[in-house]
Amino acid sequence: MKTFITFLGRITINILGEMGGMAVMLAKTIILTFTPPFRIRNLIKQMEIIGVNSVPVVLLTGLFTGMVLALQGYYGFKKFGGESLLGATVTLSMTRELGPVLTALMVTARAGSAMAAELGTMKVTEQMDALAAMAVDPLQYLIVPRIWASILMLPLLTGLADAIGIVGGYIIGVKLLGIDPGIYVQRTIDIVQLRDITDGLIKAAVFGLLLALIGCYKGYHTKGGAKGVGEATTHAVVIASIAILIGDYILTSLLM
Amino acid sequence: MIDLIDVHKSFNTQHVLRGVNLHIPKGKTTVILGQSGGGKSVLLKHMLGLIKPDSGQILVDGVDITKLSDKKLFAIRKKFGMLFQDAALFDSLTIGENVAFPIREHKRLPEKKIQKIVKEKLALVGLEEHAHKMPSELSGGMKKRAGLARAIALDPEILLFDEPTTGLDPVMTKKIDHLIIETQKNLNLTCVVISHDMASTFRIAHNIAFLCQGVIAVQGTPEEIKNTDHPVLKEFLEGFLRHQEA
Ligand SMILES: Nc1ncnc2c1ncn2[C@@H]1O[C@H](COP(=O)(O)OP(=O)(O)OP(=O)(O)O)[C@@H](O)[C@H]1O
Ligand SMILES: [Mg+2]
Repeated sequence: MKTFITFLGRITINILGEMGGMAVMLAKTIILTFTPPFRIRNLIKQMEIIGVNSVPVVLLTGLFTGMVLALQGYYGFKKFGGESLLGATVTLSMTRELGPVLTALMVTARAGSAMAAELGTMKVTEQMDALAAMAVDPLQYLIVPRIWASILMLPLLTGLADAIGIVGGYIIGVKLLGIDPGIYVQRTIDIVQLRDITDGLIKAAVFGLLLALIGCYKGYHTKGGAKGVGEATTHAVVIASIAILIGDYILTSLLM
Repeated sequence: MIDLIDVHKSFNTQHVLRGVNLHIPKGKTTVILGQSGGGKSVLLKHMLGLIKPDSGQILVDGVDITKLSDKKLFAIRKKFGMLFQDAALFDSLTIGENVAFPIREHKRLPEKKIQKIVKEKLALVGLEEHAHKMPSELSGGMKKRAGLARAIALDPEILLFDEPTTGLDPVMTKKIDHLIIETQKNLNLTCVVISHDMASTFRIAHNIAFLCQGVIAVQGTPEEIKNTDHPVLKEFLEGFLRHQEA
């Protein structure tokens, strides 16, 4: 029992310590964002790596999510004759929840892990020190562009996922299950508001910040060779995924 | 000019530097000797503020860099060029781009001029043919030389070299030694070199400092060092001096 309490205590201290470290990194990032030199080229490169390169996987995820939402939703609505609400339900689920969350999880797996691995390798091979030795702040050169690229690209990727998910839902609902297209579209337009979309995009930006901050933090504080890099990468993905899910709950309750 | 005053540094329970006092004179080459794992690389990183001491002062041209803000520290680092023990080349850039990196960062020069400097510096270390290669395509000694070319790319006032000749063949070692001697003399640079190679040490050094048990145990000119009565340092020199007499 006592060891268990010690164990809990240590975990709590660890978590608080890491959160503190991330808060400091975030604060420095904000300051360095407005301090020249501005690393526009690095930002654009990261936007390509994080954003453009994630498009295929995000489209695929969005499409199948929209399709399965329609299939599953129809099964429920049919029981009380509410099929006409299917379009609105699919759209709301996509834009408010699944679009941002699934996009963020996919980008975490693709780009968050890569950030931790790449920065971790640079750390353990002294490339970070070499940057600093050449009077280039590694935080400004490597981390600020990654965090901003992630914040900027996540809403765009989420928008894509939303759009293709809605199309997927329409295809299943109208073409496969035979709901009247006019009613499907009209009810969707009646019910869904602009805020349902923008709230989701705000969420996506916050998730982008979370996944990049965690990936960069883990990479920047890597210790101990190849094994350390592996651990940093795993931790980055696990912690970012959990942070996104918890953050989603908090944001949903705030934005409702 | 660099002065270390009573510098202490521990990693966890390991007390690596235990009150280092060291004066690095301006415009001279100082070689630091010491046992493997004794803290030489850690000491060198302190001079750039890459590692902060637990206590003590590090004065660079009279400014204590342990107390500086990040911004001022980065400004001071522009005076330095550093070669890391494992070269620490950026593995996402070619050798040429590695050498060009500090130039691009700190000077506004036309591309042609940059390429000219890169070519020049790579030629000095015998790598002009390899500018287009990635670091992963180089041998250990070639990486080291590329790191050296990058360290001198901006002709900095102070050069810190962590074992510049370890892993090089005797001919290349001599070539690098001469490069260090020439650059130091021509530009009147302050050089700090860590070395395990006694022949090379006595070729390049104006001053020698011996790090032992976390302190500078002996410090002096090459002649003074040759006549040391410090038992460990004597052992360091034994093989070399006997070889020299023969
Ligand atoms: N970042 C670090 N974290 C923990 N311990 C470290 C760290 N850097 C160095 N050490 C320890 O400090 C001691 C001195 O290391 P250092 O690299 O300075 O040795 P060295 O004198 O350069 O040896 P060599 O001649 O083999 O390069 C070593 O025992 C090493 O384990
Ligand atoms: Mg060393």
